[in-house]
Amino acid sequence: MAEFFTNTYLGMLLVIVAQFLAVMVPLLVALAFLMYADRKIWAAVQMRKGPNVVGAFGLLQSFADFLKYIVKEVVFPAGADRAVFLLAPMISLVMALIAWAVVPFNDGWVVADINVAILYIFAISSLEVYGVIMGGWASNSKYPFLGSLRSAAQMISYEVSIGLIIIGVIISTGSMNLTNIVRAQDGDMGLFSWYWLPHLPMLFLFFISALAETNRPPFDLPEAESELVAGYQVEYSSTPFLLFMIGALTAVVLMCALVTLLFFGGWLSPIPGLPDGILWMVAKMVFVFFLFAMVKAITPRYRYDQLMRLGWKVFLPMSLFWVVFVAFAAKFDWFWGTFARWTVGG
Amino acid sequence: MTQIDYKRAAGYFLLADVFKGFKLGLKYMFAPKATVNYPHEKGPLSPRFRGEHALRRYPNGEERCIACKLCEAICPAQAITIDAEPREDGSRRTTRYDIDMTKCIYCGFCQEACPVDAIVEGPNFEFATETREELFYDKDKLLANGERWEAEIARNLELDAPYR
Repeated sequence: MAEFFTNTYLGMLLVIVAQFLAVMVPLLVALAFLMYADRKIWAAVQMRKGPNVVGAFGLLQSFADFLKYIVKEVVFPAGADRAVFLLAPMISLVMALIAWAVVPFNDGWVVADINVAILYIFAISSLEVYGVIMGGWASNSKYPFLGSLRSAAQMISYEVSIGLIIIGVIISTGSMNLTNIVRAQDGDMGLFSWYWLPHLPMLFLFFISALAETNRPPFDLPEAESELVAGYQVEYSSTPFLLFMIGALTAVVLMCALVTLLFFGGWLSPIPGLPDGILWMVAKMVFVFFLFAMVKAITPRYRYDQLMRLGWKVFLPMSLFWVVFVAFAAKFDWFWGTFARWTVGG
Repeated sequence: MTQIDYKRAAGYFLLADVFKGFKLGLKYMFAPKATVNYPHEKGPLSPRFRGEHALRRYPNGEERCIACKLCEAICPAQAITIDAEPREDGSRRTTRYDIDMTKCIYCGFCQEACPVDAIVEGPNFEFATETREELFYDKDKLLANGERWEAEIARNLELDAPYR
């Protein structure tokens, strides 16, 4: 029986489909409730109640919204490039979903255990900008076009600093494999062995860059409902709009997973002695998502020039300096070897 | 050499504002909610609230309106149309009293002008309709409103009376 799944094409295909479903189904169901949590937290900070009608405490609100989106009519703007117009949200969603192939949820629980996992995620998240640009261009409309132009500049700017921050972590670990990066954070001191402590400044930089990369407030300039109405989403309705929404939210959750894996030790238990496991991973991701939602509630939107200044004149020099610093610290074993852990991770 | 505000710079790099905002956000997160579950619970209304119009009657069932047309004259939106004739018993009464609710600006002048408290603006604000025609109120509709809301209208007039 085992040979059927390892040696025949049909068997291998079945295994791949099963792995895909095992990641996608829980993820998409979780997304529905994260969307609800996002709205609830936002509402609570503004002293509102948020969705509370559909289901107990409004828990089923996302499913009601889902139904509403799929039964509505798809509106094509006059002069729109239909093929690109429909392709854009699909790219947005698919790019956000395939990045999950290399995310480990537990030791060994990963669809594709490749040795350049971080590089892969980085490449995929660079491609995500195409969904936004194509959507903005194909709409044949001013606001979407302006929004997508902003988005392109923004995502490229912040990818630079995200890349440099990740390089620091890679230098510390000596591996680009996410499983190895988490293993390298395993130590005797529980949560103090994780990378957030030695890489503390970069944790904040990464978190803020992640906000910009996923177009979350305070960097939601591409959407900017008060000035660009809704940016590249203006002309979208029904299912294509739903795909954009799911894609954006999946990217946010992916960033939560990345923060967890790179800085908070993934599935490792924070207290030495307690068993490691997927529950820790999920709990940490939910915590990071809570921070994402809180930031949305408490910060005003950045102006475009402020965004560019922050990206190029603050984050880029800081993260570049940090790469040099980590390189020296790892090479010469400063700070009792906290920066050099490739012997641990492998 | 420009002077550097080190305190401000330190606060900027240590994200002081973000942490302050986060604390404030958490504080308000657990504060009592200001939301009113609208169709199920409603906010308080002043006795002077100017909502949907109603024509009132005396306790003996006689309609109050004497067709003086002061409301028609004062109406700044010219939403009110009145025709009048003497009735069989010789008293003057309206044969037609129309209010175009799509023109009405809810200023309350008709209510102020009325010498017999016949036309009033009641506390009802939930009279949205599906068609425009339904908002052209005639005398029957206004008298029916009066019957429906008499208790609230009488209470509001009584509460407001000391301030007139």
